[in-house]
Amino acid sequence: MRYTVGIDLGSTTTKAVVLGEDGHVLGRGITNSRSNYDAACQVALGEALINTRFALVAGELAAGGVAETERAALVGALERSFRAEQYRAQLAVLDRELRRCLRRSLMRPPALDAALDRILAAMAAEVTALYAAGARRKSDFFRDLAASRYLELAEGEARAQGLPFDQLASLFDKAILDVESSAEAAGRFADHARAALAASGTSETPLAAAVARVESVELEQAGSVGTGYGRARLPFAEGQIRSEILCHGLGAHAMFPSTRTVLDIGGQDTKAIQVDGDGIVTSFQMNDRCAAGCGRYLGYIADEMSLGLHELGPLACASSSPVRINSTCTVFAGAELRERLSLGERREDILAGLHRAIILRAMSLLARSGGVRNELTFTGGVARNPAAVAALGRLVLENYGELVLNISEDSIYTGALGAALFAHRDAVRGRAGSHAA
Amino acid sequence: MSRVEPTPEPAPRGAHAAAAPGEAQKDSSQRRQKEMIARHYDRLAAAPETGEKSVYTFVPGNLTELLRSFDLLPVLPEINALQSGMRGKSADYIALAEKQGHSEDVCTYVKSDIGMLESGNVGPTGQRLPLPDLLLLSYTGCFTFLKWFELLREKYRCPVAMLHVPYQAEGKITPAMRGYVVDQLRGEVIPALERISGRRYDEDRLREQLRRSAQAEDDLVWVLQSARNVPSPIDAFFGAVYYVGPIFSAFRGTEDAVAYYRELRAEVAERLRAGKGPVTPDGEVERERYRVVVEGPPNWTSFRQFWKMFADEGAVAVASTYTKVGGVYDLGFRHDPERPLETLADYCLGCYTNLGLPTRIELLVRYLDEYRADGFLINSVKSCNSFSAGQLHILREVEKRSGKPGGFVESDLVDPRYFSAANIKNRLESYFQMLEQKRLGATA
Repeated sequence: MRYTVGIDLGSTTTKAVVLGEDGHVLGRGITNSRSNYDAACQVALGEALINTRFALVAGELAAGGVAETERAALVGALERSFRAEQYRAQLAVLDRELRRCLRRSLMRPPALDAALDRILAAMAAEVTALYAAGARRKSDFFRDLAASRYLELAEGEARAQGLPFDQLASLFDKAILDVESSAEAAGRFADHARAALAASGTSETPLAAAVARVESVELEQAGSVGTGYGRARLPFAEGQIRSEILCHGLGAHAMFPSTRTVLDIGGQDTKAIQVDGDGIVTSFQMNDRCAAGCGRYLGYIADEMSLGLHELGPLACASSSPVRINSTCTVFAGAELRERLSLGERREDILAGLHRAIILRAMSLLARSGGVRNELTFTGGVARNPAAVAALGRLVLENYGELVLNISEDSIYTGALGAALFAHRDAVRGRAGSHAA
Repeated sequence: MSRVEPTPEPAPRGAHAAAAPGEAQKDSSQRRQKEMIARHYDRLAAAPETGEKSVYTFVPGNLTELLRSFDLLPVLPEINALQSGMRGKSADYIALAEKQGHSEDVCTYVKSDIGMLESGNVGPTGQRLPLPDLLLLSYTGCFTFLKWFELLREKYRCPVAMLHVPYQAEGKITPAMRGYVVDQLRGEVIPALERISGRRYDEDRLREQLRRSAQAEDDLVWVLQSARNVPSPIDAFFGAVYYVGPIFSAFRGTEDAVAYYRELRAEVAERLRAGKGPVTPDGEVERERYRVVVEGPPNWTSFRQFWKMFADEGAVAVASTYTKVGGVYDLGFRHDPERPLETLADYCLGCYTNLGLPTRIELLVRYLDEYRADGFLINSVKSCNSFSAGQLHILREVEKRSGKPGGFVESDLVDPRYFSAANIKNRLESYFQMLEQKRLGATA
């Protein structure tokens, strides 16, 4: 089967979207960006291809007459079981890398080996529960999930055994780099799927038959387009690279065809884009001289308050009287935050003010790009934050009146989707790789 | 308005024929220009010995012919500032000026100039500039000029002659405006020049200068309008910054300028005949992919890098407004020896920086059409409110009226802290790809 892929190499995460021959989305993949761009692309693509196979399995089941609800339950269970297998495989690679790093350490207290044994055993024992039906996971990334457990367990070991916690933590920091970049750790669809089926004892079912058929499908790349901050370093030819402005415009159009204005707030930039009825960009504005008020701002605030990034929005939503904050300079906002806290202001009110401040800055960019037209589509990591969304809704209403505000659950993939659509169009035209731009 | 080539940088790769590594490609007109400049700075450096007098003045609305008719030597602090930017000296100069209490928000031309002054007033050729005998404040379109010379007056303790030029808010020059400027020339400027030069005003001498100005202006306009051809033989922003150098500064009205523009015109005619694209410091643009009109001044500290961002994409500026700050000759104005003071007044009143927003919008729309451009780009500089105020309004209006897309980048004149290369490159690439996508249209 031939597919096309779009890869969006962002400053924070790398996203991949895989399209089938008919141009429909088959799979999405995401990973943390890192200094090794090639690895980030490979991991995101690998992930998207695994998800593609899940989509194909669902397709096989549908063709076999399995009803939709049952299908969703079957594929959902398979996927959880698959993820658990994948997690175990990654844990095994982590184990190996931790030992390797430990062997290289100059200081090597004898009790460290045993401590690692206990930590890893505890983590392995938790995998089934982590991927049980209905279980909530803090993140989709192995790095985040493993780090939070490892560090917690390491702290316990350090305290109980009198071991240096810093050394345990730094071992993890070194080892995780190789785990993240390892294709082996993420594994192959066939291996994990078979293990998952075996674990659930469903080897003679329609699901097993569908998996077996999908395993044998050859996935052949018919075209790729890269975008994002690292795009100049993507392992693609020049003709296969598009600016993220074009990709976000087209991606937003594909998600919501009536989109006329796109606001994207990413890690280090904010884009205000106007598109026509075909998703073609007609004008855009970005921040040039300063990155105040971008996604990183929220990351910094979260750190300052010792909160997780995903906890900021919900907390800010609990505010009853938002504090007025003028500075969108990240560093100044940190100072203002501490000042307000010391004055006894409530955390949720301060956070609400900070969210409003970054959206105000986005409003200025939107105004500069030609205003907000119906419909407005909000994309990028910050679109996942409910307080940012609420602030945007209020300010748009105040300034432009009532209009439709679209936010897709998959908004983080908007740029990659646009890139994938460009790749698909190029492939259809039979001119992939010889783009004349 | 540059008159010295930018500091050589490593030779880049790109979609153009490469010049010798590290060496900027030069035409013979460029070499001539360099010699003219060298001679001028030699004269300035020798002024304390030879007793020649110098007058510091500004580019927009400069009265070079009048100064030359008194044998006075013009010095242009704006040019020195941009040269300091190109020569990598402005960061230190600006830091020095800030140390003296000029805030981060003050125009960086001013701070660079103050810093240069405080560092010994060594000009672009490495020679010391003479102290001014007069500050001729031609107050055209830029309110900072007033403050700038106020500061210089404190430093140099020398006389100031002010020429107030009314703003062209209504988009036309009225007889009253012209009369007002001529009265000041007669009543203020000429007497001041007589005082410091010790010579009488000689109108015939001025006419001679003006006749030569018009001749050079004809050739310059021909060169700028050669960009109407597809492909364009010149880059009318980055490249034309060199072309306007002599006429915007100390050379208008001189034999040197006449010879320079004659030679430049012949060179460009030859490129046109041969179907060649513009010459950049990194080689020739071999394939013109995008034709753009540029509004706003260049960034001088990363001038060559900025240009390369265009050239690498095959983007050629076919018209620009910055190359009109010292006179919008392509709309028909020529210095007229038959009405010497009136023509100087019209010149001052007509400079680009003295035009209102509606006139600037009209000019851009006209350029987009006449030069068959794909779109226009605005470089909004932090330093210069005369340029930047209203640029977003210009952007919207020009887009609306021309139907062509505008792009917007932000930088500064000579403060390297405000040129974020990665972001600007990203913006430009996105803009050019947008043009490409629009060209492909809905079929894309």
